[in-house]
Amino acid sequence: MRIAIASGKGGTGKTIVATNLAVALAQDDHPVTFLDCDVEAPNGHIFLKPEITHCETVSVPVPEVNETLCTRCGRCGEFCQYSAIVCLGDAVLTFPDLCHSCGGCSLVCPDGAIREVPRVVGEVEWGPAGAVRFVQGRLRIGQARVPPLIRAVKKHLPQTGIAILDAPPGTSCPVVETIRDTDLVLLVAEPTPFGLHDLRLAVETVRQTRLPHAVVINRAGPSGGDVRRYCDRAGIPILLEIPEDRRIAETYSRGELAIRAVPAYAGWMRALFENVRHEALV
Amino acid sequence: MKELVVLSGKGGTGKTSLVACLAALADGKVLADCDVDAADLHLVLAPRVLHREVFRGGKQAYIAADRCAACGECAVYCRFDAVRFDGPATEVVGKTYRVDPIACEGCGVCVHVCPAQAVELAPAASGEWYVSETRHGPLVHARLGPAGENSGKLVTIVRNRAKAIAEARSLDLVIVDGAPGIGCPVIASMAGASMVLSVAEATLSGKHDLERLAGLAAHFKIPMLVCINKADLNAEVAAAIGEWCQRHKIQVVGSIPYDRRFTEAQVQGKSLVELGDGATARTVREVWRNTRTLLEGRR
Repeated sequence: MRIAIASGKGGTGKTIVATNLAVALAQDDHPVTFLDCDVEAPNGHIFLKPEITHCETVSVPVPEVNETLCTRCGRCGEFCQYSAIVCLGDAVLTFPDLCHSCGGCSLVCPDGAIREVPRVVGEVEWGPAGAVRFVQGRLRIGQARVPPLIRAVKKHLPQTGIAILDAPPGTSCPVVETIRDTDLVLLVAEPTPFGLHDLRLAVETVRQTRLPHAVVINRAGPSGGDVRRYCDRAGIPILLEIPEDRRIAETYSRGELAIRAVPAYAGWMRALFENVRHEALV
Repeated sequence: MKELVVLSGKGGTGKTSLVACLAALADGKVLADCDVDAADLHLVLAPRVLHREVFRGGKQAYIAADRCAACGECAVYCRFDAVRFDGPATEVVGKTYRVDPIACEGCGVCVHVCPAQAVELAPAASGEWYVSETRHGPLVHARLGPAGENSGKLVTIVRNRAKAIAEARSLDLVIVDGAPGIGCPVIASMAGASMVLSVAEATLSGKHDLERLAGLAAHFKIPMLVCINKADLNAEVAAAIGEWCQRHKIQVVGSIPYDRRFTEAQVQGKSLVELGDGATARTVREVWRNTRTLLEGRR
């Protein structure tokens, strides 16, 4: 089963839920793989403290123009939707930061003057974190293209067992790439006006993918009513409410798992998993 | 004109809450919300929209089922795994291959390779952007459509429009509320700016992501300031952030404590400094004074 943990707003507690869920399930002898798909700001390793045994660079193909073969016909520039290759009079300029690696320019070039060369966007690292199989992607600083790196992380999805995917915040392409082909998207929401607003946006995004989805309210307190009402009206099940507790925030700040500091947390994670299992089957 | 971009690396560290305060404190500025896929600043600033425009971020491929010969070339060449096979055509359903609109990046390779001319590219509406008036001055903001592409492009539109308004009204400051992370929308909101103000949460995750953001700012040669937020959550980490900044010659403009009144302000649709005076509000004012001084010191 593949569970994606996402949210519209950042800092609502995705990583807390994802890491604690992974460890709690591993303690119950489930085979668990944790995949940190928040490749811009990967923080799962801080809590799971994996022993990284493998590291692989991830590259995307970008065009390289052979000036001798190129006849300056300009078809590559006309074809490219991203202005990543431009024919200006006597020069062909490439802008690898804008390139989506579709391969179109080399396809349309009638002179065979464009070949694709690899450009490194980041690394995928993996290794054991106790009983959890840990995988993470790390975007190279200065690189803009996130989805190919997420795809590389997801190549490590296991065939069987439980996969927990920690998604980046937001509602755009990196989130969609992460949640694609998962069995359930768990949206972690905080009961604040910003939290509710961004939850609605996240729900709109997940609905486009037609994936089953549910909500975890984090830092729930008396102010959680708006989020509950929204979920109720929108027909989105709330699978868990985690109470506001400064101990959890402090544990988090030290890079420690909540299940170690707040004894009830492991039980909440087990209950969450049972609810997820039920929801994914419906 | 100076352009101050508020960023954080990690999400939820308090960027928007701080920008809302700066909106109340700074004189003569234009505000730009460049967190286009989860914009929240408007919730506090209650903008009156004066102008709205559709954002077309890219294109989208469509397969005309009646012309599709089901040869599958499009699926072979698509690098985004966006062409899905729906099974052979029947008398009832002519459809065979189709494009997954969410996975499609609108590159046009399928159009090129289709021998039956059955694929077309059409513009995909992927958001809207707005010019608004608020109680704290003009605001340019946007809304990327769900599962939208090209957020960087939309960020650039918002920033450029904010700068144009500042110029037209002879205002010499633009304050940008940025997205979390260090990828495409962050690069688009940072490149060429005068200064980055990074809101760092006093947690190990906050520190880790601050360091990555600092790497990005250095990469683009944009000077950076740091404001530590939720500083009392972990005094040790807050101190470590301070030391790290000192080692890297990054100025810390203030340390804001964890204060529930930030949430209270959100609920009331206000910024914290508009709730009245208190210790945290005074710290936030000092953050702004220090930031302004350092910003003005730059050519």
